[in-house]
Amino acid sequence: MSCQIEITGLVKRFGTNTVLNGIDLCLEPGERVAIIGPSGTGKSTLLRCLNWLDQPDQGQIRMGDVTVDAARASRADILALRRRTGFVFQNYALFANKTARANITEGLTTVRGWSADRARARADDILAQIGLADRGDSYPAAMSGGQQQRVGIGRAMALDADLMLFDEPTSALDPEWVGEVLDLIRRIADGRQTMLIVTHEMQFAREIADRIVFMEGGRIVEQGPPEQLFGRAQDDRTRAFLRRVG
Amino acid sequence: MRPLDTAYMWELVPVIAGYVPLTLFMAVIAMIAALALAAALAIVRVLRVPVLDRIVAVFISFFRGTPLLVQLFLFYFGLPQVVPAMTGIDGVTAAIIGLTLHFSAYMAESIRGAILGVDRSQWEAAQSIGMTQGQLLRRIILPQAARTAAPTLMNYFIDMIKSTSLAFTLGVTEMMGAAQKEAAGSFLYLEAFLVVALFYWVIVETLSVGQRRLESSLGKAVAR
Ligand SMILES: Nc1ncnc2c1ncn2[C@@H]1O[C@H](COP(=O)(O)OP(=O)(O)OP(=O)(O)O)[C@@H](O)[C@H]1O
Ligand SMILES: [Mg+2]
Repeated sequence: MSCQIEITGLVKRFGTNTVLNGIDLCLEPGERVAIIGPSGTGKSTLLRCLNWLDQPDQGQIRMGDVTVDAARASRADILALRRRTGFVFQNYALFANKTARANITEGLTTVRGWSADRARARADDILAQIGLADRGDSYPAAMSGGQQQRVGIGRAMALDADLMLFDEPTSALDPEWVGEVLDLIRRIADGRQTMLIVTHEMQFAREIADRIVFMEGGRIVEQGPPEQLFGRAQDDRTRAFLRRVG
Repeated sequence: MRPLDTAYMWELVPVIAGYVPLTLFMAVIAMIAALALAAALAIVRVLRVPVLDRIVAVFISFFRGTPLLVQLFLFYFGLPQVVPAMTGIDGVTAAIIGLTLHFSAYMAESIRGAILGVDRSQWEAAQSIGMTQGQLLRRIILPQAARTAAPTLMNYFIDMIKSTSLAFTLGVTEMMGAAQKEAAGSFLYLEAFLVVALFYWVIVETLSVGQRRLESSLGKAVAR
């Protein structure tokens, strides 16, 4: 198995609460993995650790040729990891003082040192892809939730990340905007972007994912292709969860 | 009761007006320095920089907890007795230093509040795209905090202008000092101090108009 991204023995504690209890996960290039599981199980924490927004206590994360060990992560390691991961937040988390376009160019100019012209051209390309070619100069406050989340996704796309992380990208949206955001993620998935997506949209997960990971209590309980996991789950906990979410 | 000597008051107008630049000079320099210092203090507190954080907390507590007049006397009369480099410090410099430190303590607290008011998720989003702490503060957090804090900071600037009158107690001839000197010659204290009061009032009112304009334009920019 050739892992593009390899997570080994990841442990995260908040005080005495062990939220991630030894996570091992391997993502092949272009693989699209959906994480499902009950609330408070550590799904968000896992994604946040991969971006070092939460600092794991133990374990290793390897992305391509970058390996970061929780025990001795340097600032340079963390920045290298972040440059290889794009994070899409549940609540969009757009920069309120920047236009849609500037939200997208920020990482390119400030972090990558691109020229303003080059970044602008790239941003306009992304704005077209996310269906907001005419909204580049709008501020987040003037956009609908669906538009804001599409900009949030565009901001992560701009990084050309090895791995895109989506943490419940549609949970904060009014129902009317969910469709357009799922469509965009589906198109990104169709491009065989390696991605890890936490979602409560089971139908969507089944549709776009190569593999479903079921987490509970800080561990991966069971994983497999959608038809296997949704159709013939082996573990009682998985079956109980799937019954509950319908 | 004697009538006001308005002719004398008109005579004083150009005299006092001549000292307006000095007052504004002290206030503007102290304001710029206080803003820079306050931003630095606020960042140290928000990031909870070890050790420095404690020192800054004491600094802020001291300069908020003691009267400005006492602080000015400390700098002008007290410190030169123990710090040789400060001997011969002139009143204007001492006043600017005192105003800077005093107001930076207050301004640091409002800037800190404004920084904390920026949604935490924007810090995380900035980190997630690989920005360093310095980059995200400068480009994302501080511009938004500045907007929130602007009205309060304007109030401090107005306060600062009025507080420059205390430089008079350090022997600086500014608007207040000039009025005092005139009155000592003419014995028309009421007229002299009334003219100074009116000068301060006009300056402050002018700034308040500017402040309201600024606020409404900032409000529009955010709501766009
Ligand atoms: N910053 C934090 N400090 C302390 N505890 C935390 C923190 N963040 C998360 N936790 C705890 O870690 C556990 C896992 O939280 P996490 O958000 O990862 O769950 P989740 O699986 O994403 O749940 P949900 O489906 O509700 O989003 C929870 O018990 C939560 O209370
Ligand atoms: Mg979550």
